[in-house]
Amino acid sequence: MNFDLFDFPIFPEQASTLASSVDALYFFALAISAFFSLLIAVVLFIFFVKYRRQRTGEVGEPIHGSLALEVTWSIIPLIITMVLFGWGAKVFLEIVTPPENAREYFATGKQWMWKIQHPEGNREINELHVPTGVPIKMTLTSEDVIHSFYIPAFRVKRDVLPGRYTTLWFEATKPGTYHLFCAEYCGAEHSQMIGKVVVMEPDDYQTWLAGGKAKSPIAAGEELFAQYACTTCHLEKGSGRGPWLGGIAGETVALVGGGSAVRDDNYLRESIMLPTAKLVAGYDPLMPTFQGQISEEGVMQLIAYIKSLDSEPSAEGSED
Amino acid sequence: MSMPPSNMSPSAEAASSQAGTTRSGLAEAARPPREHYLNAGYGIKSWLLTTDHKRIGILYLLSVTFFFAIGGLYATAIRLELLTPQGDLFQPDTYNRVFTMHGVMMIFFFLIPSIPAVMGNFLLPLMIGAKDVAFPKLNLASWYMYMIGAGFTMWSLMHGGVDTGWTFYTPFSSTYSNTYTTATALGIFINGFSSIFTGVNFIVTIHRMRAPGLTWFRLPLFVWAHYATSLIQVLATPVLAITLVLLFLERAFRIGFFDPAIGGDPVLFQHLFWFYSHPAVYIMILPSLGVISEIIAAFTRKAIFGYKFVAFASIAIAVFGFLVWGHHMFVSGESAYSALVFSVLTMLIAVPSAVKVFNWMATIYRGSIEYSTPMFYALGFMGLFVIGGLTGLMLGTLGIDVHLHDTYFVVAHFHYIMVGGAVMGYMGALHFWWPKITGRLYSGFFSHLSALLVFLGFNLTFFPQFVLGYMGMPRRYHVYPEEFQVLHVLSTAGASILAVGYAIPLFYFLYSLKYGAYAGRNPWGAVGLEWQTTSPPPLHNFHEMPVVDFEAYEYKEAPVAERQPYRVVKYGL
Amino acid sequence: MSDAASAHHPKDLAHHFESYEQQKQSSLLGMWAFLAQEVMFFSGLFVCYVVYRGMYPEAWALGSQELDWKLGALNTVVLLISSFTMVYAVVGAQRGNRKMIVWGLILTILFGGIFLGVKVVEYSGKWEHHLVPGPHFEWHGDPAAGKEVEMFFGLYFVMTGMHALHMVVGIGIMLVMIPLAWRGKWTKNNYNFVEGFGLYWHFVDLVWIFLFPFLYLLALAGGGGGH
Repeated sequence: MNFDLFDFPIFPEQASTLASSVDALYFFALAISAFFSLLIAVVLFIFFVKYRRQRTGEVGEPIHGSLALEVTWSIIPLIITMVLFGWGAKVFLEIVTPPENAREYFATGKQWMWKIQHPEGNREINELHVPTGVPIKMTLTSEDVIHSFYIPAFRVKRDVLPGRYTTLWFEATKPGTYHLFCAEYCGAEHSQMIGKVVVMEPDDYQTWLAGGKAKSPIAAGEELFAQYACTTCHLEKGSGRGPWLGGIAGETVALVGGGSAVRDDNYLRESIMLPTAKLVAGYDPLMPTFQGQISEEGVMQLIAYIKSLDSEPSAEGSED
Repeated sequence: MSMPPSNMSPSAEAASSQAGTTRSGLAEAARPPREHYLNAGYGIKSWLLTTDHKRIGILYLLSVTFFFAIGGLYATAIRLELLTPQGDLFQPDTYNRVFTMHGVMMIFFFLIPSIPAVMGNFLLPLMIGAKDVAFPKLNLASWYMYMIGAGFTMWSLMHGGVDTGWTFYTPFSSTYSNTYTTATALGIFINGFSSIFTGVNFIVTIHRMRAPGLTWFRLPLFVWAHYATSLIQVLATPVLAITLVLLFLERAFRIGFFDPAIGGDPVLFQHLFWFYSHPAVYIMILPSLGVISEIIAAFTRKAIFGYKFVAFASIAIAVFGFLVWGHHMFVSGESAYSALVFSVLTMLIAVPSAVKVFNWMATIYRGSIEYSTPMFYALGFMGLFVIGGLTGLMLGTLGIDVHLHDTYFVVAHFHYIMVGGAVMGYMGALHFWWPKITGRLYSGFFSHLSALLVFLGFNLTFFPQFVLGYMGMPRRYHVYPEEFQVLHVLSTAGASILAVGYAIPLFYFLYSLKYGAYAGRNPWGAVGLEWQTTSPPPLHNFHEMPVVDFEAYEYKEAPVAERQPYRVVKYGL
Repeated sequence: MSDAASAHHPKDLAHHFESYEQQKQSSLLGMWAFLAQEVMFFSGLFVCYVVYRGMYPEAWALGSQELDWKLGALNTVVLLISSFTMVYAVVGAQRGNRKMIVWGLILTILFGGIFLGVKVVEYSGKWEHHLVPGPHFEWHGDPAAGKEVEMFFGLYFVMTGMHALHMVVGIGIMLVMIPLAWRGKWTKNNYNFVEGFGLYWHFVDLVWIFLFPFLYLLALAGGGGGH
């Protein structure tokens, strides 16, 4: 054992654009907390010394209360907490809203590893290579239990749930290697479900990407689309028994039995796994379920492919 | 029936002088009452079939102490394992069982029953001048429910325990874990009845059993706090019960309630779980807040500043406590809009908590402070509760919580509230009312020492964990990166001091039972009905039913003899 | 002294109460607090029901169609009658009329028994049609909805099962109450147990009033979905 007792880190590195805004808020909250803790401790100490019992039979002064004081020490904490809330909400919305131009990465958690796929198709396990200066959006899902995707140096965390997609975004600022943790308890090897995030300069990243030959998720998705015979029904120009899938991502669509749904990633996922759950008006419930037949990565690739399709062939406009 | 008006000071004085002010005075004058609840019956049956709220309180005291010790052993195991970054003491799944059982034991079998079932049971009827709680048999049934529930949990513990974490998150708990989840969940389900019975009993007792003249605003704040607690026990516990039933059915019959692979929604489980388990935090801390009010009033000899604000703050905390559960789920998959709503509600609950602390400080201002063990615990409580509360605000702040959620920061925060708050309050209560419960005084020196060790040990254990948390150390990790080790070593060192601090009272309390000086009616010179009766109290609490014609905490220049009785015992040791 | 007090303490007034009124009010408030607890217990189930119905409206409609609303309606009537007979018993207790209590309880048990009997018929029908969730479950309608219909039946069985469990417990308590009532356990001054139990029985009735439309009438209300 050879560590210097006084040389251990007490603060995490700041390696993303979000880190500094989270830290600023944290230091503000910390300052308020330290101020009130010290104030209360000092006042209590002074009172304790000053008002200690002097003689037998002494009683405290009969002071029963003061409305003015009660109002004061209700309003002041209220104002402080509302400031904290407002600032916290602002930072939170920043954390949960990915920029429009973010590059999409996928991550799948399973007991006990992270499988990551780059938009260029490169795949990694328990490692995530990212370039600096590029906003990156991670779409996350789990194959079994709940996990949580956590990169302390970026100050971002998001639970990873089975059966649905959650997202998280960051923009790395500083090259280096950082921890990737699973933060939601997930079973025996929970503490081994860790990895590293390698942040690289964009040029280095390109070199790294070129090192692994890969098929892009769109290309992989196209293959799956054919392999699972999706092309039998989802024909161009809406001529098949199923709707044409080009350009539908993000649209709102009317459902059988009333109601409507936004065709986001979660909707597309559900439509593959449980096709009849939200059936588009005008179509019969003919599609079989693919639950348990396509891996989570496969579903992600299919969705990437579907989102890459053009809307142009939809001549009849049978669904909108 | 009724006592003469203005009986307060004279009777307290009589009690005190009966107890005497010096060692010789004590030996001479203070004798135990001839009849009291402890000698009202002998033999195992007189305890196991008792309907006396005081004896039931004692039964609970023994049981929760036992489970506290078990939970403490698990805590020791956790801290030992985390001394080094490698997993050298346990296998990973053993470690997971250890922290799960630590949580289950401490929360369901120690913290939740601790103050309400031990102190509340013993004191509520005494404080409101009643002979017993409204439903004495139900009270006994609650203890049996507790023991049966504990039995199931102990059974699963002996067969290897559970590895789901005390939160039982699905689908891990319902589909993946192959440990004794069902037995443990059943234990907690049954234990829930104990909590509900206690809550129902207290609500009715406080409404219907108050002595003549004891209006709501003359009640000790301990009673208000227990009223608020009982509301939560009655209204929140059943939701946990049904959630556990559904969890059990999903495990047993694969009905998809919470596992998405078979159609369920795991986030719904979290909503239902926290709908109970967040208010449950207030079941643990509210009674402690009541205890602190009692102790501060008694040892400053002063009315609580802003009585009504402190009383209503308890109710406000209980009500708001039902509306903030979603703050456990900011990153769990609830929508950003619900996160915003839950965050703002969480902020609001800080206000009544702050009001309480400020009112206590104002009470201490110009008080006549007696340096006594309960008062030291109250002082320690205030410091730790403030830190726990403020770090809770940080966690309620959305932008910070994303980073801090499920890290050691959370672990440190809730230990500051649960151990620094609830357990400090429980220890304070035990030291404050021990003379009433047993009729004996305990060692001053050792109780001061233990209070000091608990305070220092606690801070050394948990303060480094705040730092660890912001560094990003996730909770429930069996092995961890090496740069976290120094902070973990500090934490383990603190835990060993804390353990010593908790062990010492066991010895001097037991010692006091045989060798402690007699306490007399009112060793602290405190007001309150419980101090008017003999110590230990008679079977039906009061020899004459009290009538209340005084306000709460009415300390009029009472010529109560000044004494610090534990000093006397100190020489005896 | 307490001993002196107990000497002229009436037998039907528990030792820790000062008056009949205090005893009665305590008993009733305790019952209401307990019922508040029951409301929260069933609320958890209704929340699950509402959430999953929102997620799977089709399956909920399909599942509901499998339930026989006529049997449900019959049971609603039976349970309402049992509430009346329970009132009869409570009125009897108020008047200190042992016969009325006993007959009221017997009739309540009878109607409660009929309710449970109908429930058994319904449950066994579900078993025969493979609609009981678990390995035995089979769904012959739209195969894609099978899992969700199974969830509907999961909730159906838990909700009605918990309700039936409350009735079984209630009937068990009444069976103990009958001999006690006959031996004059309850007096005009203290029939609090009978009254509290009446509240419990009405509550169980009320739960069914919610269960019936939620589960049985959903399909009639045009839950949609061609079948």
